[in-house]
Amino acid sequence: MAVSADEASRPFAGLSDVSISEDIPVEGDISVPMGTSSSNRQRGEDEFSTLDEPVKETILRDLRAVGSKFIHVLYPKRSTALLRDWDLWGPLLLCVTLALLLQGGAADSDDHGGPQFAEVFVIVWFGSIIITLNSKLLGGTISFFQSLCVLGYCIMPLTAAMAVCRIVLVGGSGTVSFIVRLVVVTASFGWSTFASTAFLADSQPPGRKALVVYPVFLFYFVIGWMVLTFSPSQ
Amino acid sequence: MSAGSGSRNTEPWGSFDENQGGGSAVIDMENMDDTSGSSFEDMGELHQRLREEEEVTAEADGTEEDEGGDGEFLGMKGIKGQLGRQVADEVWQAGKRQASKAFNLYANIDILRPYFDVEPMQVRSRLIESMIPVRMINFPQKIAGELYGPLMLVFTLVAILLHGMKTSDTVIREGTLMGTAIGTCFGYWLGVSSLVYFLAYLVNAQITMLQTLSLLGYGLFGHCVVLFITYNIHFHFLFYVLWLLCGGLSTLRMVTALLSRTVGQTPRLLLCGTLSVLHMMFLLYLHFNYHRIIQELLGSLEGPPMAPMQRVARDVPELTLNASLLMSH
Repeated sequence: MAVSADEASRPFAGLSDVSISEDIPVEGDISVPMGTSSSNRQRGEDEFSTLDEPVKETILRDLRAVGSKFIHVLYPKRSTALLRDWDLWGPLLLCVTLALLLQGGAADSDDHGGPQFAEVFVIVWFGSIIITLNSKLLGGTISFFQSLCVLGYCIMPLTAAMAVCRIVLVGGSGTVSFIVRLVVVTASFGWSTFASTAFLADSQPPGRKALVVYPVFLFYFVIGWMVLTFSPSQ
Repeated sequence: MSAGSGSRNTEPWGSFDENQGGGSAVIDMENMDDTSGSSFEDMGELHQRLREEEEVTAEADGTEEDEGGDGEFLGMKGIKGQLGRQVADEVWQAGKRQASKAFNLYANIDILRPYFDVEPMQVRSRLIESMIPVRMINFPQKIAGELYGPLMLVFTLVAILLHGMKTSDTVIREGTLMGTAIGTCFGYWLGVSSLVYFLAYLVNAQITMLQTLSLLGYGLFGHCVVLFITYNIHFHFLFYVLWLLCGGLSTLRMVTALLSRTVGQTPRLLLCGTLSVLHMMFLLYLHFNYHRIIQELLGSLEGPPMAPMQRVARDVPELTLNASLLMSH
């Protein structure tokens, strides 16, 4: 029995030998990454140097990256910077700003402060996710977070319009102020839609841009309308 | 414990070969029960080998085959090890299931993609056709099985409803306006589609769930148009005209499509009656639920504000307190 067991185990021994012999070329392969790992080490040194820098610089660098993306939204020149290195800091910042600005309206004069804030959040994120899924379903070639990033950054004109509206509302809430707000919101709504379309349209199949743009239009329309109908509590 | 495992037991050579191929734990349990001297050593060898093999592959079979050897040589310790492995195996399986679920979720997008395979022209023509009833009920009408249009119409309806709620100053105590609007629209779409599909199944109508969803979804186009107009232009006569015209046409379109796919008088009456009543009532509900409030507000602004409350005070004194509290609020 023991002999038979040995015989049976020999193929395994051979296999283990083979695996050892295979290990040698693998080591050779490892030596190839060694060359790149030296460059990795250099990169590592670069990263290491960022550990030394003051926290202020790190934060400022990130803020500068976010700021440059804001500028891309203001001048939508079909640049791919928004798509290439996406981040969700900008959208979060804009979303919170918008929600805070919309806070304290007449609609939530009693105990409705919570839902108002949550509503903006839900609309922005849920809406972006739906638009993204829709564009994926229609055969778009954009990744999930790229689309979220673009849609989030393109809220910026509407956030700016909200700030303007609050300033105008300080002056008074007559017909003139309404007309001013209407113009501002309409312009920023068009801007948002145009900017996001400029970024997103390239990733869509040619005949279907209208189908992708419609939910985007609806999304910014709802947000714009929320901004327009905002009235501060007395 | 199959008969096959018993025969293997009498022939250890065969048992080896089988076990190397990844035999089940059942065999080894049998071995443990009636171990003869010959298979005793073999199990030890097997155990050793499987240990090595396990380190390489870490297969579930290997862990279970170990049980026989462990049970004999190590007793409780072996059972403990087995238990640990089983737990680890279960954890691994659960993790794998989670990962595959997450992956499936993303893969499901591909499954849904055929339903969103439309051109803008097709959507436009289907939107227009949703308001044009076809007078052909002898031959089954074609119903497009597509979800882009219905989904977008439901979202449009959500937006319009949100607009109506805001302009009518609807206050929802529990939950947000957004949640209510989404719940109402999706609830109606999915709920009534399911109901119609269930009824169609009962009366043996030739329609699939996808077609039901598409039919009812495009039927909401009329609702969207009517509500969008009447939430902005508060004019009762206009609403009733539009209700009968747009709502009626889109309902008629759905009814004719269902008629053409149902056989028999009673089934047709049941199916189409249910659908048309629900569809027309839903429009009325959406309009008046978020519109009448304006009328009441206007009325209360014109008249003396406490007048309606005094009537309550005469009957139920407790309510006066509530009412006055509400008013002061």
